[in-house]
Amino acid sequence: MRVSTAANQRKHVSGWSRKERHYVYLGLAFASPWIIGFLAFTVYPFFGSLYLSLTEYDLFSPPKWVGLQNYEQIFADDRFYKSLGNTFFMAFISVPITLTVSLLIAVMLNFKVKGINYYRTIFYLPSVIPIVASALLWTWMLNPDFGLVNMALRTLGLTDPAWLLDPRYTKPSLILMSLWGSGSGALIFLAALQGVPRQYYEAAQVDGANWWYRFWKITVPALSPIILFQLIMGLIGAFQIFTESYILAGGKVDGSGSLGGPEQSLLFYAVNLYQEAFVFLKMGYASALAWILFIIVLLITFILLKTSGRWVYYGGE
Amino acid sequence: MAVKLRVILPHVVLLLFAVIFLFPFVWLVMTSLKTPEEILKFPPSILPETFQWSNYKEALQAIPFTRYMMNTFLICMVNIIGQLFSAPLVAYSISRIPWRGRNIIFTIVVATMILPAQVQMIPQYIIFTKLGWVNTIMPLTIGAFFGAPFFIFLLRQFLLGVPTELSEAAKIDGASELRIYVQIIMPILKPALATVALFSFVWSYVDFMGPLIYLNDSAKWTITVGLQSFQQDHGAQWEKLMAASTIMAIPMILIYFFGQKYFMKSGSALTGFK
Repeated sequence: MRVSTAANQRKHVSGWSRKERHYVYLGLAFASPWIIGFLAFTVYPFFGSLYLSLTEYDLFSPPKWVGLQNYEQIFADDRFYKSLGNTFFMAFISVPITLTVSLLIAVMLNFKVKGINYYRTIFYLPSVIPIVASALLWTWMLNPDFGLVNMALRTLGLTDPAWLLDPRYTKPSLILMSLWGSGSGALIFLAALQGVPRQYYEAAQVDGANWWYRFWKITVPALSPIILFQLIMGLIGAFQIFTESYILAGGKVDGSGSLGGPEQSLLFYAVNLYQEAFVFLKMGYASALAWILFIIVLLITFILLKTSGRWVYYGGE
Repeated sequence: MAVKLRVILPHVVLLLFAVIFLFPFVWLVMTSLKTPEEILKFPPSILPETFQWSNYKEALQAIPFTRYMMNTFLICMVNIIGQLFSAPLVAYSISRIPWRGRNIIFTIVVATMILPAQVQMIPQYIIFTKLGWVNTIMPLTIGAFFGAPFFIFLLRQFLLGVPTELSEAAKIDGASELRIYVQIIMPILKPALATVALFSFVWSYVDFMGPLIYLNDSAKWTITVGLQSFQQDHGAQWEKLMAASTIMAIPMILIYFFGQKYFMKSGSALTGFK
């Protein structure tokens, strides 16, 4: 245990001094709201869902033990693979795109020009709009016949996709919408950018390094810890996309009786899970889905953290 | 010439992107003020021929807007109270009380930030069902009284920057830990607490899945669920849908303009995540 090794380093091997004990009680008392909440609303549900995932449960009759049956069913379910594929698309294509754009916007917002604060306000503004409202706005902007986007494309003589009605374009629609909200990520990058010592840039400039070189050799390495943080948070967020899909698909079920828009192209992992749990009331099955989600997220985070040593540079001289 | 370009170019780039970012807002408001016929016109005009303010009145009457807003604000307020009570206490414990185990607590707090909500969702739903809390605001607010990990993290970062000498002096004078917390630390924390209150409000206001799952009775709905059902029932009436969306966005825009510096603060706190 941690406690005993810590004690060994200090003077008394025998135990805690009165003062130490006093601080432990105090610390626990102050932290108690979180500890109680953690036990009641995280630990208990966490193991509860593991148990439920091995049962059949519809809320009305008691859970029936079925062993690994739910997991077997999941791996034979087309909807599971469809939702997983859609979610991977968002995680590995949309998240990197959005992150890159946020970083570029942050670089722009770091320009030393007059009125830069007004620009910062404007770029962040879409991020505060409730997703329900911005998704409704984009449903209208991307309306195939009367939407602004297609009107502009038509005027330019370009093809005008049916966006939210065409399964090939529903996910690009979602990316477009998330780019509009990329200001929140930009703001975090901006704060990090402002912490990069100016001398680095000045030294590079003296050596005649151009903008592009400075961006890759100074900005990106200096920001790498925060890029990693945003990447992990972005991936975890992608695995929980729900509201966007629900609104863009109109919250309606398609011909096959499933949420997720045309040909289930917006059926994401969290949408499928919600549907199994709260529409079909298959609580055991949905719990198994939740556990698979947990393992996927854990694996991705673990791999990212393990491989990040190669490209993440932590501060210091 | 080259010097001039270096001055003008950033402005041109920024301006171009600013227009792109702002235009959807303009389009939202302008659509909400047009007649149904005008909306479907090609080529479209930006400004409505005559401003149809009645769209707003009709949108407000089509659904119990005021009630949804009141329901939403109630949930927001209770969540703010809960977070302001618990998050600073926990942050204080793991940053200012020198006790063994506080690092373990901090590690777990951060680790829970990556835990997908879906893993706890179903058992939580079952707990709240058994407690008879479905269709009340309890499931949507009780969590706040135990402190959100993000706020605990944010306040911890802030507290680490506060010099320890302040509380040391009070301790020598015989002040208890609780007294130091209430009389010295809380006042210093005010700007950070404002950030917590703001984000707490925003999160509760925009939450969709929570109310969707827990509030079945339409009289109890929040604005997000109310607006979604409006979309389902009146999908084709874009002008009214845009009017309703505009009204829904207004509180967030106001909060943003008045609390801008607090939003920026959370950005700089997160960069301490190294």
